[in-house]
Amino acid sequence: MKQVFKRPQALSDTVMHYCPGCTHGIVHRLVAEAIDELGILDRTIGVASVGCSVLAYEYFECDFQEAAHGRAPAVATGIKRVLPDRVVFTYQGDGDLASIGTAEIIHAATRGEKITVIFINNAIYGMTGGQMAPTTLLGQKTTTTPRGRLAEYHGQPIRICEMIKELDGAAYVTRVASNSPRNIAVAKRAIRKAFQVQLLGLGLSLVEVLSTCPTNWGLTPVESMKWLEEKMMPHYPLGEFKSPGEVK
Amino acid sequence: MCMLGELLLMKGNEAVAEAAIRAGCRHFFGYPITPQNELPEYMARRLPEVGGVFVQAESEVAAINMVYGAAGAGARVMTSSSSPGISLKQEGISYLAASELPCLIVNMMRGGPGLGGIQPAQSDYFQATKGGGHGDYHLIVFGPESVQEMVDLTPLAFDLADRYRNPAMILGDGILGQMMEPVELSEMLDVQLPPKEWATTGRSGGRRHVVSSLYLDSSELEKLNKRLQDKYLEIMRTEQRWESLDVEGAEVVLVAYGTTARVVKSAMNLAREEGIRVGLIRPITLWPFPTKAFESLEDVGRFLVVEMSSGQMVEDVRLVVNGRWPVSFYGRTGGVVPDPKDILARIRELARGGGTR
Repeated sequence: MKQVFKRPQALSDTVMHYCPGCTHGIVHRLVAEAIDELGILDRTIGVASVGCSVLAYEYFECDFQEAAHGRAPAVATGIKRVLPDRVVFTYQGDGDLASIGTAEIIHAATRGEKITVIFINNAIYGMTGGQMAPTTLLGQKTTTTPRGRLAEYHGQPIRICEMIKELDGAAYVTRVASNSPRNIAVAKRAIRKAFQVQLLGLGLSLVEVLSTCPTNWGLTPVESMKWLEEKMMPHYPLGEFKSPGEVK
Repeated sequence: MCMLGELLLMKGNEAVAEAAIRAGCRHFFGYPITPQNELPEYMARRLPEVGGVFVQAESEVAAINMVYGAAGAGARVMTSSSSPGISLKQEGISYLAASELPCLIVNMMRGGPGLGGIQPAQSDYFQATKGGGHGDYHLIVFGPESVQEMVDLTPLAFDLADRYRNPAMILGDGILGQMMEPVELSEMLDVQLPPKEWATTGRSGGRRHVVSSLYLDSSELEKLNKRLQDKYLEIMRTEQRWESLDVEGAEVVLVAYGTTARVVKSAMNLAREEGIRVGLIRPITLWPFPTKAFESLEDVGRFLVVEMSSGQMVEDVRLVVNGRWPVSFYGRTGGVVPDPKDILARIRELARGGGTR
């Protein structure tokens, strides 16, 4: 019988701790598939961050370092500057990258570090129990915006791709979503392209993936997919913000 | 650069940078702060000449995390800063200690607290020797008294960091960093780093490597702590270094490290001219604190600890002396360097049997 589906070699045979309906597992798989397809498993080093994906190093088969909260791009810089022929990627959530780690991501992009950043945006702090993230939408209720996020009181949600694309060292900046088979196929191509950009040494590549958090959104997995599309996408439009001509 | 045996006149900051390069350091991540700027500046100029990499990070926080990544990738790596910058690095240093990553951190101390000043101080003794960040851990800390000793301790600091898989620190101060002194540097060493089979260099032979300090299972985290404490005990047993001068029979034994020890030596000469019997214990490793220098003492009058702080190392002296002799303290702060005459006045007072502090 022909095998039509299997676990990517870059993904470990470990039961993930993610909640039902959370799309971290999907994105992990896409990253692993891209690593497999590019044949880079033995020379890839991942950097996990602090948040729900803190245990990412358990789920991948490549070498990994676990970074302090927000510092993954700095840790990745250290690895890449020592081992320039290896492939280095970070996997960061919105609290990690867009709040405590803004300095690190902006300056890694500014320096044009030849690393790949997978940025999970689910508009909330998951691991700590549903607090406001910098990406939390206006009106969105979280445990620290119990009456909904107000612009004049809590500030506006931050758009990372739109900010990073302005930096000269950023080579590839794109926003994708994990809510439908079609969008997941697009996300897969984007992640593979981000690694290709790194392999060509073109600069920093960043893929923002709009993701779900049914547990902390207080929605079912199916409702979450809908919420992502109806609420998040208008504020966080999908598409390539910056793309080098060298990689199709 | 100079040949072996040749004396060069170098600033402390530059000399320690060159010594690090000769000890095989090829990666430096730093951020500007006075009074240590000549160190990263030297590295920026010199590292590319020897195939190394210098990165000026966006902050001390980023710099220490770059060190984490580079150390985890198996490099002989270093950063430097001064007091407020070291405070910023403490989170990363805790992660380095927990993940057992070797590296060298140089702290050219300046006066604090807060933004403080840019003049020399020794008020980071606590944060250097007692952990500094969160959790139970120690760095291997050296307190050199001269540019030459700083240069000599640099390769040792790297070697001990590798041997124990632990961050090491050279605790200098603004004077040691800025002062020019004649130094003899070793030749460029063809350093063979010990095998770092734990490093994340890409899977070798199908084996994967993980650098992490996360232990969600409390019994596993306790196991890590026990392993770390065993390592620290071994370091305490084997790595204490100090200089003892005329201690037995001394009416007053001074205890001082780094720049202050040199001032104290001048004060001791003045005291001897007056017929006062003085001795000195000069810790070279600040952690492990050289308790062995105190343990076998018999014929001693009392101790006088001198620091450029409000009294930090004096606590370790009191712990080891444990009430056997009186321990007095004299300190200057804020960047003020103690004057030998003021120390002499204290010595006189104590030799006459007066004063406790």
